[in-house]
Amino acid sequence: MRFWNKSLLLAGLLLFGLSQLVAAETVMDLTKSLSVKSYSKKSVIIQKIAQTGDPQATVILQSLLDGSLFLTKDAGLPVLAAKLGKEYALSDPFTGVDLGQVRKRALKKIRINNKVRGILKASIARLNLSHPNPRHRIKAAKLLFKNLDKALLAPLQQLVEAENEGAVKEAFETTNAALILLHGDTIDARLKAVERLKAAGGPDVRALLSSMDRKLQAKASSDEQSEKLQLVVQSALKSVERQLENYGLIESLFQGISLSSVLLLAAIGLAITFGVMGVINMAHGEMVMIGAYTTYVIQEICRTSFPGFFDYSLILAIPMAFIVSGICGVIIERSVIRFLYGRPLETLLATWGISLLLQQLVRTIFGATNKEVGSPEWLSGAWEVTAGLSFTYNRIAIIFFALFVLAGLMLVLKKTLFGLQMRAVTQNRQMARSMGIKSARIDAMTFGLGSGVAGMAGVALSQVDNVSPNLGQAYIIDSFMVVVFGGVGNLWGTLVGASSLGIVNKFLEPYSGAVLAKIFVLVAIILFIQKRPRGLFALKGRSVEG
Amino acid sequence: MNKFKKMANRLSATALICAGALGFGMQAQAAEDTIKIGVLHSLSGTMAISESTLKDTVLMLVDDLNKKGGLLGKKVEAVVVDPASNWPLFAEKARELIEVEKVDVVFGCWTSVSRKSVLPVFEELNSMLFYPVQYEGEESSRNVFYTGAAPNQQAIPAVEYLMSEEGGSVERWILAGTDYVYPRTTNKILKAFLKSKGVKDEDIMINYTPFGHSDWQTIVSDIKKFGSAGKKTAVVSTINGDANVPFYKELGNQGVSSSDIPVIAFSVGEEELAGLDTKPLVGHLAAWNYFMSVESAENEAFIDKWQAFTKDEDRVTNDPMEATYIGFNMWVQAVKQAGTTDVDAVRQAMYGQEFKNLTGGTAVMNTNHHLSKPVLIGEIQDDGQLETVWSTDGLVKGDAWSDFIPESKVLTANWTYPYVCGGCQQPMF
Repeated sequence: MRFWNKSLLLAGLLLFGLSQLVAAETVMDLTKSLSVKSYSKKSVIIQKIAQTGDPQATVILQSLLDGSLFLTKDAGLPVLAAKLGKEYALSDPFTGVDLGQVRKRALKKIRINNKVRGILKASIARLNLSHPNPRHRIKAAKLLFKNLDKALLAPLQQLVEAENEGAVKEAFETTNAALILLHGDTIDARLKAVERLKAAGGPDVRALLSSMDRKLQAKASSDEQSEKLQLVVQSALKSVERQLENYGLIESLFQGISLSSVLLLAAIGLAITFGVMGVINMAHGEMVMIGAYTTYVIQEICRTSFPGFFDYSLILAIPMAFIVSGICGVIIERSVIRFLYGRPLETLLATWGISLLLQQLVRTIFGATNKEVGSPEWLSGAWEVTAGLSFTYNRIAIIFFALFVLAGLMLVLKKTLFGLQMRAVTQNRQMARSMGIKSARIDAMTFGLGSGVAGMAGVALSQVDNVSPNLGQAYIIDSFMVVVFGGVGNLWGTLVGASSLGIVNKFLEPYSGAVLAKIFVLVAIILFIQKRPRGLFALKGRSVEG
Repeated sequence: MNKFKKMANRLSATALICAGALGFGMQAQAAEDTIKIGVLHSLSGTMAISESTLKDTVLMLVDDLNKKGGLLGKKVEAVVVDPASNWPLFAEKARELIEVEKVDVVFGCWTSVSRKSVLPVFEELNSMLFYPVQYEGEESSRNVFYTGAAPNQQAIPAVEYLMSEEGGSVERWILAGTDYVYPRTTNKILKAFLKSKGVKDEDIMINYTPFGHSDWQTIVSDIKKFGSAGKKTAVVSTINGDANVPFYKELGNQGVSSSDIPVIAFSVGEEELAGLDTKPLVGHLAAWNYFMSVESAENEAFIDKWQAFTKDEDRVTNDPMEATYIGFNMWVQAVKQAGTTDVDAVRQAMYGQEFKNLTGGTAVMNTNHHLSKPVLIGEIQDDGQLETVWSTDGLVKGDAWSDFIPESKVLTANWTYPYVCGGCQQPMF
């Protein structure tokens, strides 16, 4: 008896081990066979891998999707490869054992195309439907909404019933409703599914409903039931579309505010150098560019020397950009601009020359090609409020940053001794000098401040635009427009000018296109300036008249 | 002592004269023993980002040729000028190269507007230009060889691929481009092509943006909206230069992935992707005649040579570089065949000239001054490279006049007897 027990146990263990082995081998073999060229054959193999139910299948499929799965050229063995300098570090996908380093040419990447990628994503999502992490389950359900396979109907039904987590259940139910609408048998269940989808809303639901609507219309023989279904689908589609339209308005408003914040950031430094000091500063854009390049340099240093610090490199770049651009500003003021006060034409030409000089300098040092400034994890992606309404993180961050810079600048101008002296010098130079203010020093500091603020704007712009030597040129016209429109010498005017230009532009864009929207805004400003040459908020006082 | 000094003086004077004469002679000989070629690419201004690479490519090819003993027993000298992304200056610099520097051939231009600017100069002075960039077609000059892709070698195959089952059976199209001649002409051709394939007007959206556009929020939202109508949607992008980077960033941030709405681009290559974090872009497409990732002995040798020449191990190669490479080598072969650098003789020798592509197969120069080349479609990878996912079986002959524009369909470009024209309905002779 005991003998039997033991041998049974042994046999069981053996069997278990064998089955493990067999499973591992099949996944291994299947992975090896991924070396075929044809993408349709690859798709079949991927589905086979997913169906093995092996826990390693997920690892293989995920690494295939990430593009880290390679085959060695000599033995055709599957390996995971990560780039390490000029070479690739290899590891075994099944055991995780380190396999040393090789050159790229010893490896062959398993290529996939978009279609295969879609199948991979769906396969992984199906495996992930029972993932322990609820967030992965939600993501899987949402992904499967776009790949509605009839075979999924029964298993998902079971999962919906077994699910306890509220948010996950909701996502499961939406996907399930879509499946029922497409592949369900009874009309009642399908009608209920439409109701469920209508409640969920969003662009994916819109896509599904409108293709369903088209399918029902194309159907030649229509009975009473399908007619009823069509009516319900159409009304649901209308309601979803209406909701999306409302979201669209909110989105436009957000985009307008976001464009305003970019304009405000670009213009705010100019509001000091041109608005307060009266220097027609054509090199303003280059101060922004220098700020962006400072960000790039700081990020490169972080990337190579302190990789763990990379996500915070942008925050470190803000004060650095201020300092670098500020110093450049002081140098420009001391070496050129101070000789040209009161001669606007010469200032214009001289600063324009400086701007060309700085562009070519940067081009010589960093090269003509664009530099990549990465976005940290916390600035990538979007905040999804509901399905169909989302705000990108980097834009949100820039809005807050612009307000922060504006508030900081206001504080400096209104609450510090330097601000007081600055205002005194710009309003009445003679009087200020006779009060013992060193006007030359204040001039240099003011120009430095304006340039430094422009540099800080460069940090933000590096997140939404190219870091290239031409970065500044793209913003110089917009900046002047904002400052002139808002009223020279008034920070509030700059804020109002930037926000009205940004919002008007974004509301015009869907109707007129980006090119015409820009032209309309420019024409409107020209007309406005004819009426009010001093802009929205004109400064009053002796200095202005004088 | 005095005498000695005098003699020394006289001696040194003679030596000086001798040396001078020798030097002069050498110089004269040098002038006779070099073949001058012009390089007309912007080294400053907006286009420097793309064009300076091509200048280096020509310099590398010249360097290589000289190491192998030059051409017709002479050394080849490259004369580099900088038209500074300024279109009228292109014409001035072209005239300077031809009239003052007396170059035998010019490699240059990138944007169509710069090519249009230099065209009258080359025709007036009967010189030769090699133009290495994909363009909108609708042109064939006696004095220009177009080694980049014509629309039927890039745009049409790309759209056909997306329509196919393998490409995702796309039914709804967004044609997005920068607002100037190349995108407008290409989109005109594409729209006519799509309609001939039964695509309805409501399934085509056309959108233009200014040069250097950076705020793509609205357009990407519109793309998402247009793409949620229940039909598979794709974007065909003729967005040029810098504007691509913020466009792709916005796509990534708004979560438009390549499996939902793929974007196929005609102006985005390895060089443009170098300034970009490509992780969110994996799977978006580009159509070209060359990718750096193609595995062939010629390509590997070319990449090694390029990286050694630029002393940068990470430097990428791209399609216009291959076009420059093919154009340069074909010119060299044609000069050898003609035995002279005379423009008319070389032009005749150019027809039917063959040279190996870097991606395999052989490019052929046709009598319409366009190449026959393979067309490749690639997907963006996370390392900034483009991997081929589809390619034509054989070579596609560059078509100067599009078959999808009624006015152009009837025109023929053929610079050999009996046609001898760049765009005519009947043979001239």
